[in-house]
Amino acid sequence: MKELFPIKQVMGFVFSLILTAVALLVYFLDMSFTAGITILLLTAFVQAGLQLVVFMHAGETEDKGAIYSNVYFGILVALVTIFGTLLIFLWDM
Amino acid sequence: MDFFNRFAIPHPSFLIYASMVAIGLTGIAVILGITYFKKWGYLWREWLTTVDHKRIGIMYLISALLMLFRGGVDAIMLRAQLAIPDNKFLESQHYNEVFTTHGVVMILFMAMPFIMFFFNFVVPLQIGARDVAFPRLNAISFWLFFMGAMLFNISFVIGGSPDAGWTSYFPLAGNDFSTSVGSNYYMIAIQIAGIGTLMTGINFITTIFKMRAPGMKLMQMPMFTWSALISNLIIVFAFPVLTVLLAMGTMDRLFDTKFFTIGDGGSDMLWANLFWVWGHPEVYILILPAFGLFSEIISTFARRNLYGYKSMVASMVVISAFSFFVWAHHFFTMGQGALANSFFSITTMAIAVPTGVKIFNWLFTLWKGKIEFTTPMLYAMHFLPLFTLGGVTGVMLAMSAADYQYHNTMFLVAHFHNVIIPGVVYAMLAGLTYYWPKMFGFMLNERIGKWTVWLMSTGFILAFIPMYITGLDGQARRMYTYSEATGFAPLNMVAFIGAGIMAISFALLVYNIYYSVRYSPRNIGNDPWNARTLEWATHTPVPEYNFAVMPQVKSTEAFWDAKKHGHEIFKGKIEKIHMPNSSGLPFIMSCIFFVFGFSMIFSIWPLAIISLLGILGCLVYRSFEKDHGHYIPVEEIEDTETKLRGAK
Ligand code: HEM
Ligand SMILES: [Cu+2]
Repeated sequence: MKELFPIKQVMGFVFSLILTAVALLVYFLDMSFTAGITILLLTAFVQAGLQLVVFMHAGETEDKGAIYSNVYFGILVALVTIFGTLLIFLWDM
Repeated sequence: MDFFNRFAIPHPSFLIYASMVAIGLTGIAVILGITYFKKWGYLWREWLTTVDHKRIGIMYLISALLMLFRGGVDAIMLRAQLAIPDNKFLESQHYNEVFTTHGVVMILFMAMPFIMFFFNFVVPLQIGARDVAFPRLNAISFWLFFMGAMLFNISFVIGGSPDAGWTSYFPLAGNDFSTSVGSNYYMIAIQIAGIGTLMTGINFITTIFKMRAPGMKLMQMPMFTWSALISNLIIVFAFPVLTVLLAMGTMDRLFDTKFFTIGDGGSDMLWANLFWVWGHPEVYILILPAFGLFSEIISTFARRNLYGYKSMVASMVVISAFSFFVWAHHFFTMGQGALANSFFSITTMAIAVPTGVKIFNWLFTLWKGKIEFTTPMLYAMHFLPLFTLGGVTGVMLAMSAADYQYHNTMFLVAHFHNVIIPGVVYAMLAGLTYYWPKMFGFMLNERIGKWTVWLMSTGFILAFIPMYITGLDGQARRMYTYSEATGFAPLNMVAFIGAGIMAISFALLVYNIYYSVRYSPRNIGNDPWNARTLEWATHTPVPEYNFAVMPQVKSTEAFWDAKKHGHEIFKGKIEKIHMPNSSGLPFIMSCIFFVFGFSMIFSIWPLAIISLLGILGCLVYRSFEKDHGHYIPVEEIEDTETKLRGAK
């Protein structure tokens, strides 16, 4: 019975509900913009990672190397795009 | 009648009316022709519903060649207008529409489907697979691309062409300055085609990762497959940016949002920024498969294995990352400071290094090779010096301070044609000549082929080298005319003559196809070029299932080694083969997409909603559809195999 019970998925589900609740706090509590956006960014990325690993099963097959390198590559491209754009439009305009 | 007014053309001219009539007549002729020869059933069964990667590939090829013709006619019109000063052949508005169409058609509807043709036709054969990972999705990709392309192509006869350049910069492309539906066509037609391309990216990455023949490690894949992998990787990361960008542009134009407006918190520069976040990777999406094809061709006809396999792969991986780090070199003059510009200058120059590595690898492959000058090889030999010239002028443009002089002059136009024509277009034509026998069972004529190459290079040099000079002298791009006093006239005349010679060389290519269909010998066997990779190991014509027995691979050049050392790559006995079923759904859904796009462009909301529901209906239907494919029984395979072997 123990082997059949998807404990990882249930825990993941609970955790993702908690993350959602924390993100909602930003709306209901009165906090500074910086604090709010930090919480939102953090909860969003943890949530995305959680979905990817727990519910989309990244890392459970033998091609996990390919999957994770793709994810890392995507993150790299996104970061470069965002910071490059900031450089062009804010820091050096 | 009010309703129909919107379909009228805002800037009519005799040329457009003439094309309307021509399009109408051709359409009727095609429909009558198919009906007369009773080919509707054949068309539907064998082509419109097919999920076979080879047939989808051939449909991409036909579309690409048609679009090459369309874009080519546009090009000749542009050059004719500029051939003499103060010319009145095209007015400024018409000139704008033609260069916009030329750019979009050539990049998105000619070059893209051309590389898709090679991905589709070559990759599964090269890795010893029976189809792509998701055959049905592959058909959807093609039909979405096709409908997007057709939608874009009717713009000039229904409602008016886009006229803000292939880059479609705001605020020019916004409602204030582009009042016709032209820019709606741009946003929505490219969106539909782009979604198809994105799916192709996912499909081929999966195919290459998961469906290689037993024993083929990543570092043993043929170089073209490597280039396809990297190119599709870039597609998957770059095209979503285009999707979002076009969606935002669409909303600005149709729903009055303010993403790219000058006031109200919008930023027109954001369009330029995001456009090139996609746009620069896009040029590498095009050039990498071209590099891959030249790698195959050069090693085949130098009769040597490719020099520096590992460094070739490494340089492509580096390019795939770096292609995302350089986009701002397209707008050095936008107003950002020296720090930002220096950063992007340096990354741009850095990307020339892996490109240079590849050039040297090809040269070392040729070194001491037993070179055989076939037509594909001749293209490759013309590619090397001409492309290098384009790369060098690229590095000149990469210097941000100097770019203030070059930017938006004919110098820039010369640069990118100099990389795209000898790079991408030569690779496409070389690859077409190279794979032609595998597709159709006969070779293209070599003599006419070589004439084509020489004419094309002559035309190319005459058409584009003068632009470097007039560009440095200050001739701006996208100007519909110039005065006698500028002194640009003689060189522009030379360029016109060059363009004419290129047109002749394309006509020669068409003649070559006709000539070879009639006179080329048919008994050429499976491996007419004495090539090195798996696609030449199976029969010609390639049977539906590609390989009766899965090949066993132990080295990079499995087929060559098998020929040299006489070992068997097809071990084991024939078993029944599982193949995917044909389906009409991709075609039907894409037709609905066409209607959806059309009604969005003209803001016909009821029809837009109905067709959107239709698309959703197709998706739901597919989710509940039970389709397990079918098996080809052993007897049938054995029959086909003996027949194909007998034909040899
Ligand atoms: C050595 C490699 C290359 C370098 C350093 C380079 C550099 C540049 C730079 C700096 C520009 C912008 C210039 C300006 O707007 O003033 C540019 C434009 C362009 N390049 Fe390249 N390039 C290279 C290779 C390529 C390749 C391989 C392709 C295509 C296959 C390509 C296609 C284009 C296109 C289409 C444009 C202009 C687009 C437009 O404004 O309409 N380039 N290049
Ligand atoms: Cu670029």
